[in-house]
Amino acid sequence: MDLYEYQAKDLFAAHGVPVLPGDVATNPDDAKAIAAKFGQAVVVKAQVKTGGRGKAGGVKLASTAEETEEKAKAILGLDIKGHIVHRVLVTPASDIAEEYYFSFLLDRANRTFLAMASVEGGMDIEEVAATKPEALAKIQIDAIKGVDAAKAKEIADAANFPAEVKDQVVETIVKLWETFVAEDATLVEVNPLVRDPQDKIVALDGKVTLDENAAFRHPAHAELVDKAAENPLEAKAKEKGLNYVKLDGEVGIIGNGAGLVMSTLDVVAYAGEKHGVKPANFLDIGGGASAEVMANGLDVILGDEAVRSVFVNVFGGITACDAVANGIVKALEILGDSATKPLVVRLDGNNVEEGRAILAEANHPLVTVVDTMDNAAAKAAELAAAGV
Amino acid sequence: MAIFLNENSKVIVQGMTGAEGTKHTKRMLASGTNIVGGVNPRKAGEKVDFDGTVLPVFGTVKEAMEATGANVTVIFVPPAFSKAAVVEAIDAEIELAVVITEGIPVHDTAYFWAHAVATGNKTRIIGPNCPGIISPGKSNAGIIPANIAGGGKIGLVSKSGTLTYQMMHELRDFGFSTAIGIGGDPIIGTTHIDALEAFEADEETVAIVMIGEIGGDAEERAAAYIKENVTKPVVGYVAGFTAPEGKTMGHAGAIVSGSAGTAQAKKEALEAAGVKVGKTPSETADLMREIMKSL
Repeated sequence: MDLYEYQAKDLFAAHGVPVLPGDVATNPDDAKAIAAKFGQAVVVKAQVKTGGRGKAGGVKLASTAEETEEKAKAILGLDIKGHIVHRVLVTPASDIAEEYYFSFLLDRANRTFLAMASVEGGMDIEEVAATKPEALAKIQIDAIKGVDAAKAKEIADAANFPAEVKDQVVETIVKLWETFVAEDATLVEVNPLVRDPQDKIVALDGKVTLDENAAFRHPAHAELVDKAAENPLEAKAKEKGLNYVKLDGEVGIIGNGAGLVMSTLDVVAYAGEKHGVKPANFLDIGGGASAEVMANGLDVILGDEAVRSVFVNVFGGITACDAVANGIVKALEILGDSATKPLVVRLDGNNVEEGRAILAEANHPLVTVVDTMDNAAAKAAELAAAGV
Repeated sequence: MAIFLNENSKVIVQGMTGAEGTKHTKRMLASGTNIVGGVNPRKAGEKVDFDGTVLPVFGTVKEAMEATGANVTVIFVPPAFSKAAVVEAIDAEIELAVVITEGIPVHDTAYFWAHAVATGNKTRIIGPNCPGIISPGKSNAGIIPANIAGGGKIGLVSKSGTLTYQMMHELRDFGFSTAIGIGGDPIIGTTHIDALEAFEADEETVAIVMIGEIGGDAEERAAAYIKENVTKPVVGYVAGFTAPEGKTMGHAGAIVSGSAGTAQAKKEALEAAGVKVGKTPSETADLMREIMKSL
């Protein structure tokens, strides 16, 4: 789960990472009030979970409360790479002497964590990484030993942080590591990490990604979910414990196993090319495709108005095909009249003959059984195109 | 021969008495796996009857190994306790630990991997979040259904469970030396490269199917490894060509971030290494079928 900047900075502050004060506003009036409270020039920053907001006009300086109101009005509602701005962070403007970059992240190749640091931080860190890789220090972290002051100094030395601020940088690195571990983060990024004219180090921005697998030991993280920004279908699926991602197409997809569902999306996309249709979603119902899970899955997918046909692609492994077929039949009973879109079902694997026999006997008018994944994808695409 | 797991493997199950552990211990026994016991500190000394096979429960992995000569453990314990379970297996120096559990925090996986490295890599870890490993007709450690395909000469390595099943099903007319699901998490123990290296050295295996998916650069690294080190024919498949950027597709590791991790980039890297890559599972199986017929 990606956090907003203000949420990331709240976590930073809780772990002793130096940040500036700030408050969040969802309308220009509130932004004005916050600026008035600070009584000095402020920065109005769009809160969106994507990069490049500065270049997109999502960060503006305001010298008075009235100006803050104006800037907030301009930023709220902006579309930044498909993310609509619903709130702004208002924070005191600070003088900047130098901008640095720092992050902790996963290093998949080495199966551990990585620290990345550079004294050339700011908006163009991607360009620095691409064109001047020597200016971006990358230091592997031992997941057991972690980052103590000595390790933090090794990182700060490798990145050539200036002597005047090195002690503060080392201390900040240790605190960021504490944040990374204590919050079960997979990314903690500060860009820019700023040196002000008084040689004070401040995390001026913050990006944090939390590991959802660790939610069981972080009950407080549930409050960080922005329910209003979630797609309503995704929120509904999540409530039912389903792994669903809304996409931009017409063929609803249900399958078992993440890999098989991804593969199904591809096969449907290929088959859909000539019909001008695409997959409408990713939905993995997991290993145990019970009637209830199948009904929940179909309910979510049929709630998507863009869906014209549904492709149920199941490989019977642990859960055999006859159980899956019974699940589909019962799901259609549960849904009754609310199931209106044609269903293309492909079953393979354990007890496939029994599964197909159950569907044949039920003889539901909406269900077509097709024997292979490729042919089923073609049929689902054709039906979706016909239903437009 | 087969890789990592064979007819001589003696298997214990950590979490054998839990719901998942019980269900899959029965299935593994039914498929001929030599399971010699289970581990649960709270039930040490008890015996459990699995449809007629009575298995002892031990308090620790070490005790189970000393009593039974076990060299493989399959781990079904819940995510919150998985780190301790894997660390215990590593400390007991068991040869192979297959971690089936889904949903382990990545900091915990990083920790037990670091522990394995720090103690000299005496335990091969497969997973986590994987279906396990099967050498058909010899042994089955995990949750791969044993009746999809029989023994043969194809080696299969895959990030995804159900795509492993699908591919075994597609190529059931040829059969497999070993099929291994390495798991879809961002940090895993055994990698594509480890499996490729073992299949290359395995006399029984004549050709290899490698299944990848979006996210990370494991497939690109595997491609570079194949180019330099693998002489047996390799056929590849990558899932997720149409996955949008920034959306996690089920597996914690399956996410396209920026220009990195796309299926297209992986396909190109594999093809540059001489690997034939199918657009769909069935096309991939056809490519392998042609190779098997020509050998």
